[in-house]
Order: sequence, then structure tokens, then C-alpha cells
Amino acid sequence: MARKKPRLATTSLAGCFGCHMSLLDIDDRILQVAELVDFDKSPIDDFKEFTGRCAIGLVEGGCCNEENVEVLRDFRKHCDILVSIGDCATMGGIPALRNMVPLQECLDEAYLNGPSVYNPSGKVPDDEEVPLMLDKVYPAHEVVKIDYHLPGCPPPADTLFAALVALLGNEPVELPYQLIKYD
Amino acid sequence: MSQTYTIHIDGVAIQALPGQKLIEAADAAGIYIPRLCHKRGLEPFGACRLCTVLVNGRPGTACTTPVADGMVVENDIESLREFRKQIIEMLFVEGNHFCMFCEMSGNCELQAMAYRFGITAPRYPYIWPHREIDASHPDILIDRNRCILCGRCVRASRDIDGKHVYDFVGRGAHKQIAVNAAARLADTNADVTDEALNVCPVGALLKKRTAFQVPIGRRLYDLKPIGSEIESDGSTRID
Ligand code: SF4
Ligand code: SF4
Ligand code: FES
Repeated sequence: MARKKPRLATTSLAGCFGCHMSLLDIDDRILQVAELVDFDKSPIDDFKEFTGRCAIGLVEGGCCNEENVEVLRDFRKHCDILVSIGDCATMGGIPALRNMVPLQECLDEAYLNGPSVYNPSGKVPDDEEVPLMLDKVYPAHEVVKIDYHLPGCPPPADTLFAALVALLGNEPVELPYQLIKYD
Repeated sequence: MSQTYTIHIDGVAIQALPGQKLIEAADAAGIYIPRLCHKRGLEPFGACRLCTVLVNGRPGTACTTPVADGMVVENDIESLREFRKQIIEMLFVEGNHFCMFCEMSGNCELQAMAYRFGITAPRYPYIWPHREIDASHPDILIDRNRCILCGRCVRASRDIDGKHVYDFVGRGAHKQIAVNAAARLADTNADVTDEALNVCPVGALLKKRTAFQVPIGRRLYDLKPIGSEIESDGSTRID
């Protein structure tokens, strides 16, 4: 009887998709991954919603708005193991540079006062379609429980591959020295 | 012949010289005790507590504790490794460390220490403190976001450069590195040739226009953990 493959979900929250690029950077080993798992909700197969329980969820990016929080909680609910990938998920990353500046000042600079701003309305966008920004950018583990962290900007392709193979083989993720990097 | 002491570190017997600090005796024997504020050639300071070991069962900092004959020292044990990890993680959340664009990345002792201990993310919530940058000097930059208050620049400027350009102001969470001038580094006698600029373990005190000259893969801690330059079968071991 063919064993059902475990499912893998991925998402990019407040990130730049660089970590997903790094995932593609495992080159032809993506075929090995495809043999080991089926992709569920992920930009890789463009599934917008979860179709069921997932063994592993990979989270790129931290939370900068309420939509990020919703998606992250949804991932926690559907995934047995949740992994933060990249510096944005593990520490906030570049988006968190705004954490040292009050939110109102950030919005004013971006939409009203910045040197290159053209905004005849003179207003900060507040359409209800636009997700509400959080006061700060939060690393994923400050919002939900995260089981493993793979730092890096982005994490090296080898790091992502090694961790995936270990997790899918029910082994502990023990990365060699060269595969833990913060840059 | 001068007298020597025998001490044991994690069960290894080594020779030590009277007047030596524990960390120096360990270094000579090829035993690495993790450290951040200590640097060979500078006065011991005892600020970071990373070098804490158990001396005859009691915690003490190896960089400030003088050796004594018959000392029994525990260094690389689970409880201390855990304690050191916590210190490193606290240093990361107490400052603003954006390694992905930091000039010091790959050569930074704090980052290297996190790598050595296999830390993938700190367990504590980030504080995101507001810290000032001083870019007034034509050749030197102070980025307090990355300062870990190790006091190395204070000691090097005072004791080697004979200038006393840097010192601490404030207490507790408000403590920060300051310069000996009413306002800015540019108003001091700091110079780009000062030894103080070579001792900062992190990217807080930097020479301008020198960043990113070594490619990734060839930086100090890209391939080998910090401390591996010390770890060996040192000549002062007794078998
Ligand atoms: S000083 Fe070190 S730990 Fe801090 S951002 Fe720079 S490389 Fe990272
Ligand atoms: S500027 Fe560098 S050397 Fe000086 S106290 Fe801060 S971290 Fe230490
Ligand atoms: S190295 Fe000993 S206290 Fe910092």
C-alpha cells in the first residue's frame, strides 16, 4: 500500500521571499523533497488555503501586521512542526528596523513627510482592505510557539535541505557549525 | 626555578604560574574558557560573566580569579554551557543586532559565540532599545546599537593609548559607552591609529571605510568556531 506522504506548508509573512528563493536554491534536490513530501498551502504550488493537517510548516518573515498574525496562527494550528526560517522570522530582520521608531512617526515619514513622497490626499492609507499594522515587528516565536529556528539572511540552501531531511526522517535537527549563520 | 602550581580543569591537570589569572593558565594549556570582555593584553575587567567557571565548587570569573595551587575547576559542563547561552541570548535582545548588514559579521566575537553554542534564536523577547550613533569623527564610527558594554575600548584607550577617550555613563539598562567630550567623538583626541579601535569584539567601534573587505567564507569565524585558535594540547598540561 502506498504510504501517504507527509505534507509541507510554507509562507512568507513580513519577509522578502529571499528564504523561499534559498529553498529553490537547493537545485535538483528539490526533486528529493518532492518525493518526500506533498506541498500544501504554499506560494510554491499557489495553494491559498490549508487542505489538511501538515507535518511541517516553514515560516519566512516575522509579523508586522494583523494579517501576518492570522496566517501564523493558522500555520500553528495546522502544522505538527513549525520552523522559523530566516532572520526576519527569528529576530524581525530588516522590517524590524522600524522598531526603534514610534509607529506614527514611521507612517508619517512613509506617507506624508518622506523626501520622495507624492501623496495629494495628505492622508495615511486607512482602507479596511489594508491590514492593520502592529506597533512593532515581532519575530514569529513571540507570537506562536516555534519548534525550530533556522537563522540566516537567507538561511543557506544546505541548511534548509539538511533541516528538512532531518525533520522528515524524524531525526533531531543538528546542524554542523558552518550551517548556522546570521547573515 | 620559580614555583609552579598544579590545577585541574575538567579533570585535566595543568601547570600554572603564581600571579596568573585562571583564564591565562587555561589558555596556555590549550583549554578554552569562553569570554567576551577579556582580551589578552588588557586589564581583567570581569564584566560579561561569560567566563564563569566553578572554582572548588563555587562560581567565579576565570578572567579575574588568580590561580592557586590545587584548584579544582569545572568549565565545560552542562550547567555552565546553559548559563553561558543565556548570557549570549540576553546580549542579543538587549541591543539591536542586525547581523545581516553589520560590518563586523563573520568577524564578530558575540556572533561567533552564539555560533559556537549553536544558538539559533534567543529565548527572551527583544527589547529594541533606542541607542544613539556617533558618526561625527571623520574616521571612526560608534554604533551603540551593537555595544555590549565590555569595556575593552575603555581599557585600551586608557592603558595603551594613554588617552581615556571612552568611558561608561548611566546605570543599569541606561548604561552606555560615552566619549570624553561634551558632545561628540569628533571633539576628542581619538585617532584612527588608536589601539582602542582594534579591540571592540562587536561592530560598535569601527574604522570608517574599511568594511566588507574580506569575502564571505574567508572571515574569521566562517569555518571554525571562536576558541578553536586556543584549543590544543597545550605544553603546560601534565599527563
Ligand atoms: S555586532 Fe556582531 S552580533 Fe551585533 S549585529 Fe554585528 S555581527 Fe551581529
Ligand atoms: S564600544 Fe565595543 S569595546 Fe567599547 S564597550 Fe562597547 S562593545 Fe566594548
Ligand atoms: S571574560 Fe571574564 S567576565 Fe568577561
